[in-house]
Amino acid sequence: MTETFPIRVLVAKPGLDGHDRGAKVIARALRDAGMEVIYTGLRQTPEMIVNAAVQEDVNCIGLSILSGAHNAIVPRIMTLLKDRGADDILVILGGTIPEQDIAGLKAQGVAAIFGPGTSLETTVTFIRENAKPRSIPT
Amino acid sequence: MKTVDKAQSTRQPSAEEQRWEQQVLEPALRKSPERAIGAPTGVNRDEDGHARFTTISGTEVERLYTEADLPEKNFVPALPGEPPYTRGIHATGYRGKLWTMRQFSGFASPEETNERYKYLLGAGGSGLSVAFDLPTLMGYDSDAPESEGEVGKCGVAIDSLEDMEILFQGIDLEKTSVSMTINSPASVLWAMYLVVAEEKGANWKNLSGTLQNDILKEYIAQKEYIFPPAPSMRLVVDTFEFGSLATPRFNPISISGYHIREAGSTSLQELAFTLYDGIEYIEWAVRRGLNVDDFAPRLSFFFNSHNDFFEEIGKFRAARSIWYRTMTERFGAKSERSHKLRFHTQTAGVSLTAQQPMNNIARTAIQALAAVLGGTQSLHTDGFDEALALPTEDAARIALRTQQILAFESGVANTVDPLGGSYFVENMTAAMERGAFEYFAKLDAMGGMVKAIEQGYPQKEIAESSYQYQRAVEAKEKIIVGVNDFVIDEPSPEILYIGETVREQQTKKLALLRSRRSNEAVERTLDALRHAAAQEPKAERGCMSEANTMPFILDCVRAYATVGEICAALRDVYGTYTETNIA
Repeated sequence: MTETFPIRVLVAKPGLDGHDRGAKVIARALRDAGMEVIYTGLRQTPEMIVNAAVQEDVNCIGLSILSGAHNAIVPRIMTLLKDRGADDILVILGGTIPEQDIAGLKAQGVAAIFGPGTSLETTVTFIRENAKPRSIPT
Repeated sequence: MKTVDKAQSTRQPSAEEQRWEQQVLEPALRKSPERAIGAPTGVNRDEDGHARFTTISGTEVERLYTEADLPEKNFVPALPGEPPYTRGIHATGYRGKLWTMRQFSGFASPEETNERYKYLLGAGGSGLSVAFDLPTLMGYDSDAPESEGEVGKCGVAIDSLEDMEILFQGIDLEKTSVSMTINSPASVLWAMYLVVAEEKGANWKNLSGTLQNDILKEYIAQKEYIFPPAPSMRLVVDTFEFGSLATPRFNPISISGYHIREAGSTSLQELAFTLYDGIEYIEWAVRRGLNVDDFAPRLSFFFNSHNDFFEEIGKFRAARSIWYRTMTERFGAKSERSHKLRFHTQTAGVSLTAQQPMNNIARTAIQALAAVLGGTQSLHTDGFDEALALPTEDAARIALRTQQILAFESGVANTVDPLGGSYFVENMTAAMERGAFEYFAKLDAMGGMVKAIEQGYPQKEIAESSYQYQRAVEAKEKIIVGVNDFVIDEPSPEILYIGETVREQQTKKLALLRSRRSNEAVERTLDALRHAAAQEPKAERGCMSEANTMPFILDCVRAYATVGEICAALRDVYGTYTETNIA
């Protein structure tokens, strides 16, 4: 699918973890690729992330989780997005995610999980090919 | 990328070398030009289109190093155990005492971590190093709403003195040195350790170990800060003051470059920012009224050991000579012990791959070797599953065995500073020293490290270096075996998986604790702490400031106040810190 709309991405660091090297590198790479990027900063709650995503009217949320807290954080984000009629936003996840948790996260609606060693190009291409223009909630 | 070593332009090759260039080198180049290691683009190509060779940090490396590359004419490196200590702080190197094999460890509950400690000590580890979980690192109890999903995942969950007692059950604290990787709430966890030692009948004056307690690098790189910079520095100086009087064998700080490097800095930035953080801590302590020789002997350091072998060795050796010059010239420290830089090293976690993880054993061995050839006092080697999870028992054991093989089989510990006198290594060491002093001048001009942090300077340097590195990896200019080359399809290995039961267990324990203890004593001691914390401390030679927070924190700990409760009391006084985003 060729993109014909400007893609807006929220790069978020949920939970207590402060390791932001990956999130910052991704944010810059996405900007270099022509996307509009909002980086939330550290220690965001699921509520703060979803609020920002809706306010900024993004097409994609990129979550960076290296702390092992993904099984607590992701379900809350997905539920909040649904409640706000924003579950058409593409949700992708990067970080330290054990293989055995991947299926469960995808079942909740995470579109892709990008582990250590993923190239920036892979991530950029995935967002370009899968992000959709925001639909107006009814 | 600019070359660090300006000395190249003033280099004077000998007649012999010039002859060699004409007779041997030029024909060799005509027959077979040099080829870049990695894609011949970007950093691997100079303006003339020739192959360029750089360290992982982007520093250019010359084809050959000879006498002409030594720091000065008739250069002779200083002897070990003597200023400027480039060749080491001990005359006998590892022949007198091997480095401490100190494996960083901690996960899930205090009970499980206690078992792992006993395992590591039984397997030949010579010191303990505690990894705490994120809630503990950030000053939250396991049952706090912020802790959901996080308890026990990145380290051990410690909520109160009770947990600390379990953590060290059956371990003789007078015989085993303990390092604790804790920063914002360092005073609190240190107090818990001290009270446990007291309960075991240990004399505080005999305790040895290290507290990481390096808040500056949190603002720069790891971002596990709670309070703003000024009160955080106050808490650190409180520990210097307290330690110099009560725990003379304990290092109250481990000034760290590891995290700065992991966040993406170059090797030189790691060196310069870390040592300058040391300068900043000393300035604050001296401003309080402490005498530099009273606390400087117990300042310790912590460096990364990354992939580029010789760059790292140059870094470690330069650290010692830079610190000697700094302590004598800048601070006028008189005690020899203040002049000698002591450091712990950890092999670079960020360099380890999720792909073909067994390859990490080779990476870790090379990085560990660099640290040993650099003269580290203490060493942690990462598990091969580092990119995937906390280490399994097998991975932890192999990491320890790697050190033991270096110590007992490789022969590198037989002689002091074996690479001393190497044209390349001495050149690299001198270049690192020059580069560090250039960074010091920049940071001085900004008004010091705290000001530099407020301006976002080290953070921006790191963000830029990390982005350029990633770009080079994407372009295959820097090869990562198994990731952007030599890739295979493979199944995932077994990892250490930590579930949510630790939070449940700790929550139950906390409820029981709060019903057993005297909540009146907890309130009283927390109040006294708030009061002391709000006062400006003032040191007098030989006596501790009345408002030094350590005795007050110790009282809270003895009353079984929790990590969360004590940190909340400090938050009441100091507030919290939010960084300005630069992404």
